[in-house]
Amino acid sequence: MPSLPDMTTPNLTALASQALADSGHVAVPAPDAGQPEFVEFLQRLGDNCLILGHRVSEWCGHAPALEEDIALANQALDLIGQCQLWLGLAGEVEGRGRDADALAYLRDAGAFRNLLLVELPNGDFGVTLMRQFLFDAFHIELLRALKASADSRVADIAAKAEKEVAYHLERSADLVIRLGDGSDESRRRMQAALTKLWSYTGEMFVDDAVDQAMSDAGIAPLPSSLKAAWDKTVAAVLDEATLAAPAEAWQHGVRNPGGKKGVHTEHLGYILAEMQFLQRAYPGARW
Amino acid sequence: MSVTTLPHTDQIWEWLSQVPDPEIPVISLTDLGIIRDVQWQGDTLVVTVTPTYSGCPATGVINLDIETALRSHGIEKLELKRQLAPAWTTDWITAEGREKLRAYGIAPPVDGTAADGVLAGRVSRLMGNNLTIQCPRCGSTHTQKVSQFGSTPCKASYRCTDCLEPFDYFKCI
Repeated sequence: MPSLPDMTTPNLTALASQALADSGHVAVPAPDAGQPEFVEFLQRLGDNCLILGHRVSEWCGHAPALEEDIALANQALDLIGQCQLWLGLAGEVEGRGRDADALAYLRDAGAFRNLLLVELPNGDFGVTLMRQFLFDAFHIELLRALKASADSRVADIAAKAEKEVAYHLERSADLVIRLGDGSDESRRRMQAALTKLWSYTGEMFVDDAVDQAMSDAGIAPLPSSLKAAWDKTVAAVLDEATLAAPAEAWQHGVRNPGGKKGVHTEHLGYILAEMQFLQRAYPGARW
Repeated sequence: MSVTTLPHTDQIWEWLSQVPDPEIPVISLTDLGIIRDVQWQGDTLVVTVTPTYSGCPATGVINLDIETALRSHGIEKLELKRQLAPAWTTDWITAEGREKLRAYGIAPPVDGTAADGVLAGRVSRLMGNNLTIQCPRCGSTHTQKVSQFGSTPCKASYRCTDCLEPFDYFKCI
C-alpha cells in the first residue's frame, strides 16, 4: 500500500516517479506548458494554507471561549490538510523528489510564496478574525475558479477545499458582523483590525508572470479577475458590521515585491523557526 | 493465495461494513460512504478510499484499520488508493448510518449539499432563516447553534432549549 514517502528514504526520486505513474488518469502538462510556473503557483496555494494554518493553530488553548478554541483548531486542520494536497502536488509536478513535508520543513523564508497577509501576527482576537475573513472571502473565489482548472488534479483539490472553506467564510463573516456591530469595545477593535490589515489585501489581486502563464494554460484564473466578487462580499459584510475600510491605503506587495515573490515580513522567519525546528535539528525525525 | 480462492468483492464489502469509524465508532466506513471502490486487479485487492475532510486526522487511522481488518480475513496483497474526486459529501452517509448517528446522540446531516447553491443557502440562514436541527435526545426542534465547529472537523455544536442538553450535529458538506 502507498504510505507517505519517508523523508529518510534515499531513493525519493524513484518514489516520486512511481507516485506520478500511479496517478494514472492525469494529464501532466508538458514541460513547455509552464512547468516551473506551475510549481511556483502550487507553492503559493500550499504556502497560504500552511502559514495561515500555523497562525490559526497558535490559538489552540488560548482562545477567548472553548467553542472558538475548537473552531480555530478545526480550521487550522482544514488548512494544513489542504496544504498537504497542494504541496504534495507541487512536489509531484516539480519531479525532484520533494514531498509536502520536504517543502514545508526544509525551505527557508525566501522560498516561501504565501501572501504577506497570512503571516502577520495574530494580534488580538479581532485581528485574527478580520484576517481570516479577508482571506476566506478571497480563498472561496479562488477555489471556485480553480474547480474549472484545465488540470484535473488542481480541480479535484479545489472542489474538496471549497466545501471546507465555505464553512470558514460563514463563520468569519458571522463573527465580523457580530463583533463589528457589537459593543463599543468590540467595534473599536474590529475597526482597528480592518484598518491595520487593509494594506495587505491588495497583494491578493496582483497579476504577475506566473499568474499570466497559469491563466494562459487554463490552469488558474488571473487573481485580478477575483477582485470584483471579493469586493462585493467584503462590502456587504463590512456594511452589516458597521465597519468602514480605509478609502486610500498603501498596499504592500503591489508595486514592490511581496510574499508571492518570496519577499516577506520579519514575522515569517519566526513562524518557520518554530515550525521547522525539529526537522532541522533532527533531520528525518519520525514518530 | 491462489486465484481460485479470492473472496468475492461482495464479501469484501461485508467485511468493510464491520470496520468502525475511529472517531464515531457506532458507524462503519461503509455507512460513512468513504469506500468508493473495491476490486481485484489480478490477485491484488484494490480498495479506493476518499477522505472526509482534507485535514481529518482519522484518515491515517482509517487506512490502517482497513488494512488490519482485511489482513485478518486472509487478504495478502492489498493496495489502498486515495481518490479525491468526486469530493466526499455527507449525502453519501447511508440511511442506516444516519439512524445510528441519531441513536448515538449525534444529529445527522439534514440539508442537501448540491454544489453551488450551498453558500447561497448559508447566507440566507445567516440572515436569520435558520435551519432546524432536531435534538437527537428529546426530538425537540427548539435548538440553537453554539458553534459551527465541534469536537471533530465534521461536526458543529448545538444545544437543545427544551431538554437543555448540548449535542453534536454532523454538518453537511
